Amino acid sequence: MQTEAPRPMFDTDELVINMGPQHPSTHGVLRLILRLDGERVVDCDPVIGYLHRGIEKLSENRDYTQIVLLTDRMDYVAAATNNLGYVQTIEKLYSIEVPRRARYIRTVLSELQRVASHLLWLGTHAADLGALTVLLFALRERELLLDLFEEYCGARLTYNAMRIGGQPVDVPSGWDRKVMAFCDVQEQKLPEYEQLLTSNRIFMERTKNIGIISAADAIAVGLCGPPLRASGVYRDVRKDEPYAAYDEMEFDVPLGVRGDTYDRYLVRLEEFRQSLRIIRQAMQGIPEGPIMGKVPRMIKPPAGETYHAIEAPKGELGYFIASDGKSMSPYRFRVRPPSFCNLQALPQLVKGHLVADVVALIGTIDIVLGEVDR
Amino acid sequence: MSEGPKQVPEPPAAPASPTPVAAGAQKPAKAEPKAPPPPPGPPDQAPPADMAVPEYIAAVQADLPGVVEQVSFWVGDWTVIVPAGRLVEVATFLRDRPGCLFDYLSDLTAVDWPTRDRRFDLVLCLYSTRLRQRVRMKVRAAEGDAVPSVTGVWPAANWLEREVFDMFGIPFSGHPDLRRLLMPADWQGHPQRKDYPLEGPGELLMEDPQDWLKARQAAEADIE
Repeated sequence: MQTEAPRPMFDTDELVINMGPQHPSTHGVLRLILRLDGERVVDCDPVIGYLHRGIEKLSENRDYTQIVLLTDRMDYVAAATNNLGYVQTIEKLYSIEVPRRARYIRTVLSELQRVASHLLWLGTHAADLGALTVLLFALRERELLLDLFEEYCGARLTYNAMRIGGQPVDVPSGWDRKVMAFCDVQEQKLPEYEQLLTSNRIFMERTKNIGIISAADAIAVGLCGPPLRASGVYRDVRKDEPYAAYDEMEFDVPLGVRGDTYDRYLVRLEEFRQSLRIIRQAMQGIPEGPIMGKVPRMIKPPAGETYHAIEAPKGELGYFIASDGKSMSPYRFRVRPPSFCNLQALPQLVKGHLVADVVALIGTIDIVLGEVDR
Repeated sequence: MSEGPKQVPEPPAAPASPTPVAAGAQKPAKAEPKAPPPPPGPPDQAPPADMAVPEYIAAVQADLPGVVEQVSFWVGDWTVIVPAGRLVEVATFLRDRPGCLFDYLSDLTAVDWPTRDRRFDLVLCLYSTRLRQRVRMKVRAAEGDAVPSVTGVWPAANWLEREVFDMFGIPFSGHPDLRRLLMPADWQGHPQRKDYPLEGPGELLMEDPQDWLKARQAAEADIE
């Protein structure tokens, strides 16, 4: 009775599509080559390098003091932490003692930066998933932060706010009160975001059980920062290898359980609160004293190499710097960008999910392409 | 309007200024006497005599005899230098042995010391998320030498090795997908090498804007 084999109703060929580099949800110039089986992603190959400006090569041809300015341009939504990582690496290489007051100012600045970076992440991530209100709310609070930064260092985006050996300027008078006032405002606004997202059914459908990564896989693939902590790994450079004034601060490290997109959201939301807690402590306990350590007129560190990492808003930001002891510029300047290492895990996260989830997953790893490509 | 002022300096400039290629070739010759000779390599300072090596380095020295070529200590960082042939063996040991447990590859990069016999230093920064300790591992490689890939030990090495291949031209044997990462696929040369000019091959560095403008105008006149 059998006449012919049943024909498949639909075409079963895999489809290769190109997402980006000019796509609003890729947060910059990221191109993804997706191999699809229907709506499901079979494979994903990120193509990066569209924003490669050769910052590492350029830095090897600039003076040590000029490089602070270049580090601003890597993660351009978190310039203060980029500055901090760089100046601390040189201080370590040179064994420069930084005054306590400067270390407190640095702590305040990097935590304000973390809040600013997380606010931008929250807004864009929610907007990618269709909740446009959160973007407007988040940018409203970020504006207050940019005003604070502008008052401190005169710039709103590329701060150039740190120097080798200390801080360029002291806090302006009245700035501490404004910072405390901002903390109060931000604290009140956090429930607003939560109200819009945390138990929103659409948001939960789009994020729960999406892009699950186990703790062992997350460590192996080199995830860092909030995505690693959302998988339940206790890893925070501020706790493990304290720098600036973090050893004198009291704060908790939020951890996730399942390691999905929803957990990564919850971890970052809790980090807002911890950051505000650190800012308040640092601003209240800020000691009197000088803001600049004893720094030689010519920055020329002795020959040697070092690697130093800090906890940037996006994860472990490391600098590997080799000095030959003779020239005014580093012999080798290498940045370990957290976004780069987190983006590497994307193919593993998106496998088996829908195309729409790719958008959610790009948002959840929180990349800035300026830092990925350098 | 813009043609007018351009035209005035061009007639004397065009015969005097060399073609851009010739200018590019002249530049290094002019700059060479100024630049100090490149150092032969990193100092790799030995640890102070009264300082004991940490347990994880002692373990490597005890269990894999002869594998550690040199131990170095500088501003609080420990580095072990191992031969390229045994890189994967040492990496697996450091990851799995109870006292080491370096399960997290923080960074993998390279440094170019062109005057040395084995010009490249491959640097691996390791971290243990369980014991909270750091160590650096270093491998020396000559031009064209393949270094075994550590992607089997730490999958995080995948892109990092691709970047090193792209920027330094160190080939990794056993890498699953060795392509350029940041530069275009058809790019010639490896930009992070010290003999690769900052301005790119055949380009002009704008050290003196006037010279640069003249050479640029001469080049444009050539094309026309």
